[in-house]
Amino acid sequence: MPLSARDLAPDATFSAVVVEDLTRTQIVQYAGASGDYNPLHTDEVFATQVAGYPSVFAHGMLTMGMTGRMLTDLVGDGRLLAFGGRFTAQVWPGDDLTVIATVRAVGDRAGTPVVELALRTTNQDGVDVFAGEATARVDP
Amino acid sequence: MDRFPIEAGHVLMFARAIGDPNPVYEDADVAAASEVGAIPAPPTFVQASAQFDPDYPLRPRIGRPWFGSGRTPSGVRGRAPSSTGKGTDAGSGGRGGGGTGLHAEQHYEYHRTPQVGDVLTATTTPGKRWKKQGRRAGNLVFAESITEYRDQHGELVVTARSVGVRTERPAGS
Repeated sequence: MPLSARDLAPDATFSAVVVEDLTRTQIVQYAGASGDYNPLHTDEVFATQVAGYPSVFAHGMLTMGMTGRMLTDLVGDGRLLAFGGRFTAQVWPGDDLTVIATVRAVGDRAGTPVVELALRTTNQDGVDVFAGEATARVDP
Repeated sequence: MDRFPIEAGHVLMFARAIGDPNPVYEDADVAAASEVGAIPAPPTFVQASAQFDPDYPLRPRIGRPWFGSGRTPSGVRGRAPSSTGKGTDAGSGGRGGGGTGLHAEQHYEYHRTPQVGDVLTATTTPGKRWKKQGRRAGNLVFAESITEYRDQHGELVVTARSVGVRTERPAGS
């Protein structure tokens, strides 16, 4: 159900768990869907022995994709006007990720009610892995 | 990119990969009855346009060496392909692979929601570049690239701004 501007108070917070115990297979699944097969994400032998990482790690865009899923669940399909952010820490197999969206403003863009959200996606240690913002159309 | 068709099977696979069980991505009837009126592309789906880039360097290509493991841990010693300007992260081969490119930021502006049936084209242009002093050796060089996705009518659908970062080693090291 789409959000209504009437129900949105500044600083209201919404959160959702978007993955628990991220698997290497899901990272590979994302590689297959997105087309980015970088062995840093798909090849444990390469990631550890050649690149020197402790294991493969998730594509930043997988984290952003899971963050986007929380957003479309919150604001409704087809309602986003803008969505962006920074990748602030790596995401590893086994991580749990939670997205927290905080209402920054409820306003109007060319006659359309909109909500501006601040976004944080955090891991099980409370470390931000993605930090950004989104703007979405809402009902009046 | 000349042709990026948004296809139902691709959207379904992408939705599964990001762990999104929303029926709008797999049931055309649910999608037809939704506000969008068709199967929408998930918010970050345009990134999967890489599938339709014939020269995308982070996909094994027939007849070309691949830098991941096979008989040995690395198929191509030394240099890994770079994804500069493609908006994808960790494009070079990591610390040991001859590069240190990482995806630092990604921003999308939606002029409308892309949906199944759209056939997009993508044009990428370089944006700003800036440097920051790194905590360890060398400067961090940030480079922006802007990609415009247009539909079959030439209308702008999504503007994507990607920022990549890599380490610039000091001369002589």
